[in-house]
Amino acid sequence: MVAVAARVLLQMVRDWRTLLLIMVVPCALMALLWWVYRDAGGAMFDRIGPDLLAIFPFMTMFLVASVTTLHERASGTLERLLAMPMGRLDFLLGYGLAFCVLSAVQSALSVATTVGLLGLDFSGPLPLVIVIAIIDAAMGAALGLFVSAFASTEFQAVQFMPAVVVPQILLCGLLTSRDALPGFLHGVSDVLPLTYAVDAMKRVSTSTAQGHVWLDMLVIAAYALALLALGAATLRRRTP
Amino acid sequence: MAGVVEVRGLVVRRGRRAVLDGVDLDVGPGVTGLLGPSGCGKSTLMRSVVGVQRVHGGSVTVLGLPAGSKPLRHRVGYVTQAASVYDDLTVEENLAFFAQVLGVSADGVKDVVESVDLGSDRRTLVGRLSGGQRSRVSLAVALLGEPELLVLDEPTVGLDPVLRRDLWELFHRLADDGAALLVSSHVMDEAERCDRLLLMRDGEILAHDTPAAIKEAEGVDDVESAFLQIVESRP
Repeated sequence: MVAVAARVLLQMVRDWRTLLLIMVVPCALMALLWWVYRDAGGAMFDRIGPDLLAIFPFMTMFLVASVTTLHERASGTLERLLAMPMGRLDFLLGYGLAFCVLSAVQSALSVATTVGLLGLDFSGPLPLVIVIAIIDAAMGAALGLFVSAFASTEFQAVQFMPAVVVPQILLCGLLTSRDALPGFLHGVSDVLPLTYAVDAMKRVSTSTAQGHVWLDMLVIAAYALALLALGAATLRRRTP
Repeated sequence: MAGVVEVRGLVVRRGRRAVLDGVDLDVGPGVTGLLGPSGCGKSTLMRSVVGVQRVHGGSVTVLGLPAGSKPLRHRVGYVTQAASVYDDLTVEENLAFFAQVLGVSADGVKDVVESVDLGSDRRTLVGRLSGGQRSRVSLAVALLGEPELLVLDEPTVGLDPVLRRDLWELFHRLADDGAALLVSSHVMDEAERCDRLLLMRDGEILAHDTPAAIKEAEGVDDVESAFLQIVESRP
């Protein structure tokens, strides 16, 4: 598991352009958002900022995970690894671990930018914000790993993003509060995992009470594990 | 010595077409060449031996165990036609990673790099190597941990003649050290380099013997003519 994680991270470091994009783009987008709302007063930025801190790690890790595992399936290295004494769960957890490390750095940078430079206020502790982002990113990665099983080209994998990620963004409470959603959509948003990440971020930003935040994190972690298990089921040693 | 690989009544279908339709064969020690035209089912047969092919009937036994079973994963080395290595890592990093998966020491990595003659390129990114060099990296991965059976799918394709000769010498050295090798090729002139041959066409094994015996049975001087004669004499 550690071997896989170390290898994935080494490959990431080699691909410095992707690495740079993963690290810098969320910070730049937060700055852009701050600029957009500058003349409208800080309230809007304070409301939307935390939501985006949950959405960005989820989205990036979904994309990175689905494309890299697809690549591994297509290049034959996955078949080779599965013909070796490599457990399927070991393989997936290795990937998960690597993406957790990446997302830890990514969210530390974007939280530092948002809170330090752009003046977003969090009532709760900042380390908790980063922990939420890591679990959230791991869940995004697990979803990406699972979805990559249904794509046979990188084009298809990228197209899964509007199909699987955008609905979650629309329903997570970013556009309107979830209470204002029509009953059916409210029900749908209750089963979408990103909802819980956004909810956790909102709560840490507005209150110091943490009980409900931990419950949210538990739900996200459960989704991540369930998706990893589904992903493991799609890694077949024997293929047609 | 008992057969290293025993295949009985192996059936593999892709869609409605049977790629392999009841294949029986035994592979013993030494270098066995699996020869036949592209698309005749060589790769499917090799994948079945390694245990990564979904099969629809029959049995494949490797070193006395069902193909693909857990204890075999340390004992069988496999090279696919496409070089299954990471282009964005160096030769050494690739081997170090796979060695870690297999539980092979750093010395083992050094040995295989030497045996495929990539010592001077070991710090080069695999993506920057030529096709022949990349396939040697892939071969080096399969050699890690000194497997008892090596399944090599067209390992010499596109290589220059000198390198091809060197690789065949390596195969025979490995066989002398006790490994069994199953090597596929669609180039008939590689037949002479094998201890035994399996001639294959349309998912069927046409002949299985030493190169000399196959030529003698057909009364011809080269394996290619023997292949043609066997194909044409069939109903």
